[in-house]
Amino acid sequence: MNILLDLFLSFAKIGLFTFGGGYAMIALIENTCVEKKRWISHDEMMNITVVAESTPGPIAINCATFVGYKQRGFAGALAATIGIVLPSFCIIFAISRFLDHFLEISWIAHAFQGIKIAVGILILDAALKMLGKMQKKALPRAFMLSAFFAMLLISSLSLRISSIVLMLTAGLISLVIFIAGKPAAKGGAGK
Amino acid sequence: MILLELFIGFLKVGCFAFGGAYGAIPLIRDVVLSYGWLDDEMLTYMIAVSESTPGPIMVNLATYVGSSRAGLAGSLVATLAVVLPSFVIILLVTALLKTVLKNPYVQAVLRGLKPCMIGIILATGVSMMLRNGLVIQDGRVLIRPLLLTLLLGTVYFGSRKLQKSGISPILLICLSAAAGIAAYGL
Repeated sequence: MNILLDLFLSFAKIGLFTFGGGYAMIALIENTCVEKKRWISHDEMMNITVVAESTPGPIAINCATFVGYKQRGFAGALAATIGIVLPSFCIIFAISRFLDHFLEISWIAHAFQGIKIAVGILILDAALKMLGKMQKKALPRAFMLSAFFAMLLISSLSLRISSIVLMLTAGLISLVIFIAGKPAAKGGAGK
Repeated sequence: MILLELFIGFLKVGCFAFGGAYGAIPLIRDVVLSYGWLDDEMLTYMIAVSESTPGPIMVNLATYVGSSRAGLAGSLVATLAVVLPSFVIILLVTALLKTVLKNPYVQAVLRGLKPCMIGIILATGVSMMLRNGLVIQDGRVLIRPLLLTLLLGTVYFGSRKLQKSGISPILLICLSAAAGIAAYGL
């Protein structure tokens, strides 16, 4: 089979059958690309997961782009990325056409009263899991706590400050601390 | 123009969403609420739908918001915008800049950015829990949201004590829907 078509179909299948996004997809991508198709090695898969965590965007997209690029350069990256996005695009597009009318039905509106609480729990849980994996040091903790309280303050006062501003500020402060602390560190620890 | 707004809005989300699916939710809330594309209720509902349908949550949300604002064209533009940054960044990282992520300055920026992201997600979760669970009307705390919150929280976090993996997010959403119908409908 044409490798581009193969990439597209394999990733479309992953996109269609993984619920919950993120890490659920990683497992299926590893199963398909490392074990079945042997497109990339296990080590490469580990590397790309690390890269995906340090770069923005959905992790599954990062992986698809990487595997596609390894196989067939830019065209491969494009085929794999479109493949992984297309199934959910079609499903969500179809849902969005009638979702508004859905909520006018009373038992669905009741169900939503429960669902919105569940969403809060899931977000809290995701944050707690990330917190568990965070380095237990003073500096990351300070960044995390200041962002936490700043964000609570912003949302309770309905201020119009974007969380992007918070993130950029944190990145900048961290960079300044790094540069300022550098001469004090052991000599020659530079690049 | 709405298409351009959608593009720029979701490009921002795609550029700054570190930390996977949930990392994007505070950003999407930010963007979607500040442009007034959806209200908070609809957005929360949509997060549940995105969680219960296949595919990356961030992409699902972009498709939905785009479609509800500007039909097929809107959903295409929003989806493209949210995917584009990670696509380009991965191409650059694999093709040209293999060492860029190991650069100590880039590392320093990321060391500040990631904990900050965690704090933002935590704050989003906490304020959503408070807003949905602790509803005050006429000076009294409404009993049903509070009970639902305690029940679902106990079930979700408690199930992890009994079983290593606990219940899945989709199962929690199904349970919460049933609990909501029972609490308000019966």
